[in-house]
Amino acid sequence: MSDTTAHKFRSARDEAPLARYALIAFAVIGVGVLVAAPLLAVFVEALADGAAAAVASLGNRDAASAIKLTLLIAAIAVPLNALFGVAAAWFITKFDFRGKAFLITLIDLPFSVSPVVAGLCIVLMFGTNSLVGGWLVASGYPVVFALPGIVLATMFVTFPFVARELIPVMVEQGRAEEEAALTLGASGFRVFWTVTLPNIRWALLYGVLLSNARAMGEFGAVAVVSGKIRGETATMPITIEMLYNEYLSVAAFSMAAVLTLLALVTLMLKTALEVRHADQLAANHRH
Amino acid sequence: MHIEIDEISKQFGTTAALSPVSLSIPSGALVALLGPSGSGKTTLLRILGGLEFPTSGRVLFDAQDATGLTVQERRAGFVFQSYALFRHMTVFENIAYGLNARPRASRPPKAEIARRVTKLLDLIQLPDIGSRYPSQLSGGQRQRVALARALAIEPRMLLLDEPFGALDAKVRKELRQGLREIHDETGLTTVFVTHDQDEAMELADMVVVMSMGRIEQIGKPSEIRARPASTFVREFIGV
Repeated sequence: MSDTTAHKFRSARDEAPLARYALIAFAVIGVGVLVAAPLLAVFVEALADGAAAAVASLGNRDAASAIKLTLLIAAIAVPLNALFGVAAAWFITKFDFRGKAFLITLIDLPFSVSPVVAGLCIVLMFGTNSLVGGWLVASGYPVVFALPGIVLATMFVTFPFVARELIPVMVEQGRAEEEAALTLGASGFRVFWTVTLPNIRWALLYGVLLSNARAMGEFGAVAVVSGKIRGETATMPITIEMLYNEYLSVAAFSMAAVLTLLALVTLMLKTALEVRHADQLAANHRH
Repeated sequence: MHIEIDEISKQFGTTAALSPVSLSIPSGALVALLGPSGSGKTTLLRILGGLEFPTSGRVLFDAQDATGLTVQERRAGFVFQSYALFRHMTVFENIAYGLNARPRASRPPKAEIARRVTKLLDLIQLPDIGSRYPSQLSGGQRQRVALARALAIEPRMLLLDEPFGALDAKVRKELRQGLREIHDETGLTTVFVTHDQDEAMELADMVVVMSMGRIEQIGKPSEIRARPASTFVREFIGV
């Protein structure tokens, strides 16, 4: 309308030009300084001695082991957390019970507890000096300084992501569609599979991706429980720290670049899926 | 199917949603549960559908105790207030859902399901919308699709929660007629919840006026108009 009238009215939501440009500049500088520049720096440092040196630094046994371990941990922790997250969100949003608020707080706990403390808790629970830990070590299944401990620590830290993404979506969608499916004769399992899951799939995907990014990048909790055994329990973030402390900056930044790339791939995957299913996404929101 | 509600009460925590109520609905009737919000009418409807279980009392379908039947076993065609269509499915898939959900032994073959869905789309006079998504439909179309979806399971009764609540006045009038026609055609015992006394009086054979979890009066629209049983009824129906 403002295009055709002689007077120039400003819509209520438009800012004054000066304010607009200032805000844009502020956002660009913020993203540039806080996100883009450090990311770029990682790659610049990694390639400081040329691409060949960077690739070579990733070729040794310890580096390969770290990458494999990190991928393995994510492959175990993320699906399990997705499962727990869906179960928790389902329970919280589809049923009324006493202590619901307490349960939500409990799910959020890993966000507020320092990862290092979380790692320590696992060491206390499963370390050789504890009852359970002693028995497990004696039976040949050590948890601390081994894969199970790292997985537990990673799962603890990434636990809230899936549930936190799902709960608001499921609250907003309500229970009516599930109830409708039940009245049409569907079993509880069928309702979950054909109604609930399709309705939450985007939120679930997003939660899984966040959870995956965090699982691969987790440092604090893993540092405590892993024992940092090179070639055995050292994950990528741990290896990066160790290499950096040994002044092997090309090796450290090359590993960091790989970790960054893994995160970027996850993000690109998400964007690609969003573009591909844009019509369904829109249908989900418009209804 | 004849529905008998025998001294049903419902407590939510410490609040009573329904004081013991009794009601007999003859087979094939079109009944309105009329009352303001908080009168317990929706709770009563949900108890009939098996979505809520009574604190005490019994529900009988054709003189058989149905109180313990699960929601799936009741085979009640339920139309929800905001229709609750499955947003990620097409209209066709929505209507076919109940048939596809049947155990393999009693599930009709694909072609038969398609035939029935097509027939239902004809019945609601929307033959061409099978491939659309609910978000692409108008409010009135959604309501009719919800009705077709409920009818697809060959229900024993039809339960509707504020079926016209979310529609504008003109569409509302049309759809009232539509519901009446579908009721007369299928002969299903039909119970609908409404807070709109015009709607109840115009559409129903029998009106149940409710207030604060109690039944105030049961009767034909003309009887209720002529002889309101209480001050509440008189004020609520505005005579």
